[in-house]
Amino acid sequence: MEKKELQACKVRSAQVRLDVLKMLKWRRYGHLGGAMSIIELLSVLYTRHLRHNPKDPAWEGRDYLVLSKGHAGPALYATLAEEGYFDKELLFTLNEGGTCLPSHPDRTKTPGVDATTGSLGQGTSIAAGLGYTFRLEKSDQKVYLIVGDGELNEGQCWEAFQFIASHNLNEVIVFIDENKRQLDGWTEKIIRPFDIAEKMRAFGFYTVRCDGSSEEAIDNAIQEVKGVKDQAVCVVLNTTKGQGSPYWEAVEDNHAPKFNAEADAETDKDIARLEAWLKENGGM
Amino acid sequence: MWKLAMDGKDQELRTVFADTLNALIEENPKIFVMDADLAGASKFGKIQKAHPDNFLNMGISEANMMSAAAGMSMRGYIPFVHTFAPFADRRSLDQIYLSGAYAKNTLNIYGSDPGVCVAANGGTHTTFEDVAVMRTIPEAMVFDPADGAQLAWLIRELVPLKGVHYIRANRKNTPNLYAEGSTFTIGKGNILREGTDVLLIAMGEVLHDALAAAEELGQQGISVEVVDMFTVKPLDAELVCREAAGKKLVVTFENHSVIGGLGGAVAEVMAEAGCGVRLKRLGVNDQFGQVGTLEYLKEAYGLTKENCVKVIQENL
Ligand SMILES: Cc1ncc(C[n+]2csc(CCOP(=O)(O)OP(=O)(O)O)c2C)c(N)n1
Ligand SMILES: [Mg+2]
Repeated sequence: MEKKELQACKVRSAQVRLDVLKMLKWRRYGHLGGAMSIIELLSVLYTRHLRHNPKDPAWEGRDYLVLSKGHAGPALYATLAEEGYFDKELLFTLNEGGTCLPSHPDRTKTPGVDATTGSLGQGTSIAAGLGYTFRLEKSDQKVYLIVGDGELNEGQCWEAFQFIASHNLNEVIVFIDENKRQLDGWTEKIIRPFDIAEKMRAFGFYTVRCDGSSEEAIDNAIQEVKGVKDQAVCVVLNTTKGQGSPYWEAVEDNHAPKFNAEADAETDKDIARLEAWLKENGGM
Repeated sequence: MWKLAMDGKDQELRTVFADTLNALIEENPKIFVMDADLAGASKFGKIQKAHPDNFLNMGISEANMMSAAAGMSMRGYIPFVHTFAPFADRRSLDQIYLSGAYAKNTLNIYGSDPGVCVAANGGTHTTFEDVAVMRTIPEAMVFDPADGAQLAWLIRELVPLKGVHYIRANRKNTPNLYAEGSTFTIGKGNILREGTDVLLIAMGEVLHDALAAAEELGQQGISVEVVDMFTVKPLDAELVCREAAGKKLVVTFENHSVIGGLGGAVAEVMAEAGCGVRLKRLGVNDQFGQVGTLEYLKEAYGLTKENCVKVIQENL
């Protein structure tokens, strides 16, 4: 990636992180941890890979994004607002009665949302079905599928992976957000994940690992798997739940925290830091 | 015997659930509790802490949890499992049906935040169909308790019973209705308020609104009898027919679709018995859920005291 492009990605990540923090602080609660850990991935996908048209969200020739870990909706919404799908003001209607931004993505409510998710596991199969239509139609369209590491507990993920691998369906690019925590805490203490990349390889996927907090590493991983022919592909991202906020990363239970006075003060520090960085880097 | 105590303290139903199970495990170590990565949400973490040998976090694998719990029940364990209502009734139905009910195994299921109790989790997590779905499983029992005292009693009552028992209940603060230590009978409705014009049958989350509506209508000279039908299955058919007789109108009121829920069940009984009284079902009318606060959602689906009053006035 050129220096300039990398910088654009980083600016995007900072902007989205800023919006996610502002949104959730305003809302007083929300799925913070898992939203923060996919921000760099979304930045790279939307600024570099996804072919789409915010002026025509229903464009049939677009690439699709399936956020199977649907509770991370706020990160997707902030990204879609940056892309111009809707006004940023709307972010501050999250979860409000009548909003078009419900906690979990809903394709019937939000421009730019390609799949309705929230019941973990289902997005994997939806992506598989979408990808298969590209195969049938000999289209070079892609589905970018984002799955949580806790979500991998669901058998449905593995049913979808069997299908994707069996058909060498690399129209679907599987991203696993290995942030090492789920709702009740560390995945290692709930259902041991073992080596996720090795598991994917055993299922038949060409699998690469990357640092999910580095736009450059993510982009390299995507370039690599895009070069693979005749095999299903997967990128396992090494991330941190609450990524990008030293305070929230350290909060043990950061899945869907409520904001208290301490959280407000610490989040304000994050917000100030991000705003200063953006100012310096021409983002604001 | 039960007694009303509406001035009692609100209780979080999930806390009642966890505390009651913790106390029961002391008496009966065969009780085994499972959650599917929602032990923080259900407060079942308290059980994990107090009785680590009687608890398993099964991870995000609800269907696996249901069949595994059924397997444990084959060896005399008494499983109580929790997940959000949609992941019980929709996501694990075949497992509950086959590994549980059909195979004559035992599953005590807490499906939390049913209907409008879903609030911020929104439309994807809303169940307006769980009563209807669970009711069709042969021999399964379906409950929609209204408060902490009733829930605590129900959990105790289920311990010695075999079979599939589905309890839908809010997780969060719920107004008090019954006095602590109240007892009930499974399959029997409770007449909370006498009345002669209208029979209003309700349960769970909206029971309070039903009582308040009856109060208001009483001031307008409309006499409304209110029944708490916390057991939707087996339904107290005898009570429905007996109390409907001589009334001008029967109304059911539920935090659920009018299709197949309390309204559906009462309609079946009244039609077959030829009650000859008009029935109006107040509930969700073949709609999906959405996101919003509990208050917003109750308003949006007409599950309020005000709408209950209006519906009764319009239909009398
Ligand atoms: C089928 C299903 N079961 C349970 C839930 C409740 N839930 C929402 S998020 C979550 C934990 C997800 O963990 P992970 O996939 O690791 O997500 P992340 O760490 O990225 O937030 C759970 C249990 C759900 N949304 N869907
Ligand atoms: Mg995770």
